[in-house]
Amino acid sequence: MATKANGRWLVLAIPYLWLLALFLVPFLIVFKISLSQDAIAQPPYVPTFDLAQGWALFRENLSELSFENYGYVLSWDNEFIEAYGSSLWIAGISTILLLLVGYPIAYAMARAPKSIRPTLLMLVILPFWTSFLIRVYAWIGILSPEGLLNQLLIALHIISPDAPLQILATDTAVYIGIVYSYLPFMILPLYAALEKMDETLLEAAADLGCPPFAAFWKITWPLSLPGVFAGCLLCFIPAVGEFVIPDLLGGSDTLMIGKVLWTEFSVNRSWTVSSAVAVLLLMVLVIPIVFYQNLQAREVEGR
Amino acid sequence: MRKGLSWFNVTSIALGFTFLYIPIILLVIYSFNASRLVTVWAGFSTHWYWQLFQNQQLLDAAWVTLRVAFLTATVATVLGTLAAITLTRYGRFLGRTLFSGMVYAPLVMPEVITGLSLLLLFVAIGLDRGFWTITLAHITFTMCFVSVVVQSRLVTFDRSLEEAALDLGCTPFRTFFVITLPIILPAVVSGWMLAFTLSLDDLVIASFTTGPGATTLPMRIYSQVRLGVTPEINAACTILIAIVTVVVIFASIMTKRQEAERQKAERLAAAG
Repeated sequence: MATKANGRWLVLAIPYLWLLALFLVPFLIVFKISLSQDAIAQPPYVPTFDLAQGWALFRENLSELSFENYGYVLSWDNEFIEAYGSSLWIAGISTILLLLVGYPIAYAMARAPKSIRPTLLMLVILPFWTSFLIRVYAWIGILSPEGLLNQLLIALHIISPDAPLQILATDTAVYIGIVYSYLPFMILPLYAALEKMDETLLEAAADLGCPPFAAFWKITWPLSLPGVFAGCLLCFIPAVGEFVIPDLLGGSDTLMIGKVLWTEFSVNRSWTVSSAVAVLLLMVLVIPIVFYQNLQAREVEGR
Repeated sequence: MRKGLSWFNVTSIALGFTFLYIPIILLVIYSFNASRLVTVWAGFSTHWYWQLFQNQQLLDAAWVTLRVAFLTATVATVLGTLAAITLTRYGRFLGRTLFSGMVYAPLVMPEVITGLSLLLLFVAIGLDRGFWTITLAHITFTMCFVSVVVQSRLVTFDRSLEEAALDLGCTPFRTFFVITLPIILPAVVSGWMLAFTLSLDDLVIASFTTGPGATTLPMRIYSQVRLGVTPEINAACTILIAIVTVVVIFASIMTKRQEAERQKAERLAAAG
């Protein structure tokens, strides 16, 4: 009996400890470093805590922690607040676009004959398996001034060769990139919700004289809401911190917090300020993340 | 309610799939372009593929990436499956909310945060950065995806099979390997593949947690892409796309066949 219980606890303890050590503890370290100061040292911040230093020095180090970096990040003189705002804005608009593009596709997939549904589903998932970086990269060749889209439009005499569309290096390109890369994440939860729907409900509505659009609005839409929420959160939260898409497709004036954090870390080499940026980003996202966790737990664990 | 698809449904599917596939198809076509200018078609050529196989840096990066991905997928599948079992079979336990939070949060966590926090951990404990730190980081975020995939299979299958085995005196350990694992195997395999591709694909977390000597393929591609579009990168991307497509189609045929066999066996069992 004892070994049985031990085995049971081992199954729990291994993934639990792994996530504690490599997911939770790192956040605590980020928080601690966000309260430290930059230094020319290895690692490049003070104070560092070393338990071997003894208690007195430890307490002295503790008093050196300050919220200075937060003051720096939250000051209007620097562009951080703007970057948070514009990230939320870009992610929000992209999520709405994703819903508008994804919903009709998911709806049509759920209506399709049962025999071709698995194939359609695989066709949606397949681009997701191909590298994210490659898919973003593919758009550079399409959207650049001498790119394929402009060539097509010039060939069709829609625009003149002298004035190609400037899409690459603008926010529009970022929207296109996000919608393109995250589309499977929007379609899959929507499809899952719509496919489960009982079609006899719509038949009943039609029999009772309800026009199709009203039936959609009163029956299909409310029933698909769990999918809508899951899809939107699954796209919105990572999009806020997106780095690759604004970096490759956006212009120098595209301000997104993921890119700012990256620059602060790798170019300005300020680990303490980038930690403060990360902590604040997490605080902005904590409400949608908790909401998503609850949704996911209910969905997956069947509670 | 009419059955089947309206013109609106057909158009949405057609337009949606065109949107999803056109960029990839164009990329593949232009990898066979003879011209160095990516956007001007100058005839068919496999020149860039030969060029690619002489690019030692790129080949080295590909080798590092494959090793990281293989190791990541294998460890993440074990950890993710264990996590899935605890979340679906253990009921309530102390710290469950924290645990399920830690399993679901990485699914949506912006990569820059995960990458930065893991780097700072590795620095704090004085771990040399390189191959192993990338692998540890990848295991951590991919195991959560594995866990979700396996959980969705664990909640749908008939638990009385497990209970019957336990009642007949089978140990929990054996029950898992004889009853549970064969049933959830398709999900475990998809979990492994998902972890493998996520690791293969990751740029941001790898860039944060890497050290000298360990450059992955996405990092190499990214540094070249920043300098502009080259046909050589198109060729590299085409090869990656081809590999992934073959693996995914093969896997889906396998799962379909397995599912059909399982249903046949169930029907036989029910009839007998």
